Amino acid sequence: MIHQFELKGQHIVLDVYSGAVHIVDPVAYDMISLYENTPREELLLRMLETYGHLDGVDEAELRECLSDIDSLVAAGKLFSKDPLRGLNGTNLPKGKPALKALCMHVAHTCNLNCQYCFARQGNYHGEEALMSFEVGKRALDMLIAQSGSRRNLEVDFFGGEPLLNWQVVKDLVTYAREQEKEHNKNFRFTLTTNGVLIDDDVIDFVNREMHNVVLSLDGRTEVHDHLRKNYAGEGSYEIILPKFQKLVEARGGKDYYMRGTFTHHNLDFTQDIFHMADLGFRELSMEPVVCDPSDPYALTEEDLPKLFAQYEVLAEEMLRREQAGKGFTFYHYILDLAGGPCLPKRLVGCGSGTEYLAVTPTGDLYPCHQFVSEPEFCVGNVWDGVTKPEVQCSFQDCNICQNAQCRDCWAKLYCAGGCAANAHHATGDIRGIYAYGCELFKKRIECAIWLQVAARAGKA
Amino acid sequence: MKRIQTIETRDLTASLKTGGCGECQTSCQSACKTSCGLVNQQCENENA
Repeated sequence: MIHQFELKGQHIVLDVYSGAVHIVDPVAYDMISLYENTPREELLLRMLETYGHLDGVDEAELRECLSDIDSLVAAGKLFSKDPLRGLNGTNLPKGKPALKALCMHVAHTCNLNCQYCFARQGNYHGEEALMSFEVGKRALDMLIAQSGSRRNLEVDFFGGEPLLNWQVVKDLVTYAREQEKEHNKNFRFTLTTNGVLIDDDVIDFVNREMHNVVLSLDGRTEVHDHLRKNYAGEGSYEIILPKFQKLVEARGGKDYYMRGTFTHHNLDFTQDIFHMADLGFRELSMEPVVCDPSDPYALTEEDLPKLFAQYEVLAEEMLRREQAGKGFTFYHYILDLAGGPCLPKRLVGCGSGTEYLAVTPTGDLYPCHQFVSEPEFCVGNVWDGVTKPEVQCSFQDCNICQNAQCRDCWAKLYCAGGCAANAHHATGDIRGIYAYGCELFKKRIECAIWLQVAARAGKA
Repeated sequence: MKRIQTIETRDLTASLKTGGCGECQTSCQSACKTSCGLVNQQCENENA
């Protein structure tokens, strides 16, 4: 399977199964599109009819181009065979499943009242609650015990707002550091915070202990304050910005992400990304809002062309700033073509429900943070472990080999079938697809590939 | 090749045999939390 696209004057061909990317001219582009289903002499005749009037294009030239395509096919870099054929949910080469990541909901409460919050102001449609140290400790013990040979273990302190339970976060990190030596594990902690309670103690601890920190900022003052308000109805931008700047400045180059959400109200979301870059932040993420279609800020079908255009604007501006020595990272445009995840990883996706679980303040286990408000998805608890293996199995079978809609999609090895929670909320089935998200995802991958191609052209 | 330039990329098909160590980051632990895009994760297999 191949995918061809034109963007900003570049003709690009992606070979899906090998991952090869080819930059081609219009002649080769059209020839590749005819290659699989057109007899060779007819192909040459049609190409000659279309391009024969151009300087330097004659039959010999076209035969040479065809020979080059033959060589790439023989080398497995064009029209490469589907290595997944014959595989299904039960025989994937994904190794022995092991738990390796927890999303720790240390606080089901929040000090902000953001209208679009999928956690519904932190309580996930339930009671407000804080996780005790005992529950958290039990979760960490379970993670270590079920991690098998995995060495790198990830724990994200999440909420609600995790800084509302800060002492427990610190105590759990201290406990995990003691345990990792004993069990030869390497804990990587992440804190996701709205920033309101950041102080010097938080900055010191986070920058020392947290592998990554995710800081929620939606961009321009008016955009941020429109939906990210406190319970008095006041915007939070002015409170959090200096705290975020101080934390990032003191971080000493360790990972962080400024993470925003865009909605129907700011379809020009690139301006919010550029705003964050202009403030000096360099690692940026901006996510489309996920909500009920009836919500006033929900993205619509009519918004899609505008959003596609915005992603192109973003790629072009990132290239311009990079060349001017003021580059920044956009989470969804990170693409290591020479490295990046292996094929087994691309088959199993995010690992929700299998290698990744969410833990509620009371110790219940869910496939991920987005299922926490839905009791039927509770798979167990930190004391008894997984008590509903059938729910866990349904997530294990959730992959691109099982989903007919993914099977023929060129982007399947980039998204690994997408987000099970989004699919469930959009279709009622974790094996469904969130089609709107797919469209945005595919556009982002095209832009990410273009950015790599254009950056190379700029250096050539 | 005159009309085709190929960028160096990881051979995904080959990685079917060498990959799968499971040490790389879980995608939702990084920055998205509401979507899935694992291709931006780094490979951490030292033997790949």
